[in-house]
Amino acid sequence: MSRLTIERKVLEKNDAIANDIRSSLKENNIFAINLVSSPGSGKTSLVEKTIEFAKGRIKIAVIEGDVQTDLDAQRIEALNIPVIQIVTNGACHLEAGLVRDAYYQLNKDTIELLIIENVGNLVCPSGYDLGEELKVVILSTTEGDDKPLKYPAMFRNSSILIINKIDLVPYTHCSLEKLRSNALSINPALIIFETSCTTGEGIDLWCNWLESQLKHQ
Amino acid sequence: MHELSIAEEIINIANQYVPSDNKSEVLFVIVEVGKLSNILPDSLEFCFDALIGDTQLKGAKLIVKEIPATVECVDCGNISEIENVIFHCKKCESSKVKLIKGNELKVIEIEIND
Repeated sequence: MSRLTIERKVLEKNDAIANDIRSSLKENNIFAINLVSSPGSGKTSLVEKTIEFAKGRIKIAVIEGDVQTDLDAQRIEALNIPVIQIVTNGACHLEAGLVRDAYYQLNKDTIELLIIENVGNLVCPSGYDLGEELKVVILSTTEGDDKPLKYPAMFRNSSILIINKIDLVPYTHCSLEKLRSNALSINPALIIFETSCTTGEGIDLWCNWLESQLKHQ
Repeated sequence: MHELSIAEEIINIANQYVPSDNKSEVLFVIVEVGKLSNILPDSLEFCFDALIGDTQLKGAKLIVKEIPATVECVDCGNISEIENVIFHCKKCESSKVKLIKGNELKVIEIEIND
């Protein structure tokens, strides 16, 4: 009987591909964000609003991840923005290999900001590096203020929290104050924005911040 | 339900260490899974068993060592395990803590009957 020491990361292959993507993004001066959230929190709406606000200011491309359909890609394409749809056929998260294949289909010379919209899921995408600069987690007020405590890994691994659907707060039991303090108890370094993709509230602050990050990279 | 793809990667890595003499029987594959890695050990074991089928790992048992989330306080230097994944120092209550354990997802070793 013998023991063989292995000591290797299970996701080493994914991480190696993510690092290749990161190097290429850097070479091409592209800032990439990985948008994560539960289904229906408003990821695609936020991408649309960001595109509308940043028109003429930031050159954007989008990689859409969904379990099924290209409905999201159609929404982005309608705004005349380069978009590649990844259909995972059941997989609950994007992996770096899928993102690399989509990324190489884009014309890198015309991109300043790459938005990767992950599959709607607050669990699985948290462990997969896609080569992004930042993970941005979106939580809508209708989901409840306890979600950061229930899904800590996602909030710990993200740099930005966008609290969306703030126009609906009066119709929910969600306390914005509680939501913020729950999120900060998991990750005190989180930068928090509050938005409504319906009224447009807060989109300007989010986009201005994003633009300042692009300038500083 | 990403345990299936994680189990696949574990099998791919472990297979690279099995001697190709067809005489060795792999008894155990030992992995470390951090509390914050979002992996359910029972589900991972189930997927591992379902995937090893007729591979070189046939009959092997997956042993999952769970690693608690552990933080080091930036203010007082205390190291403590955290429950309920609330990130604060148990000694001075500071929220300025570094996660030093809890994200693990590693294949540690295999045990072979040779």
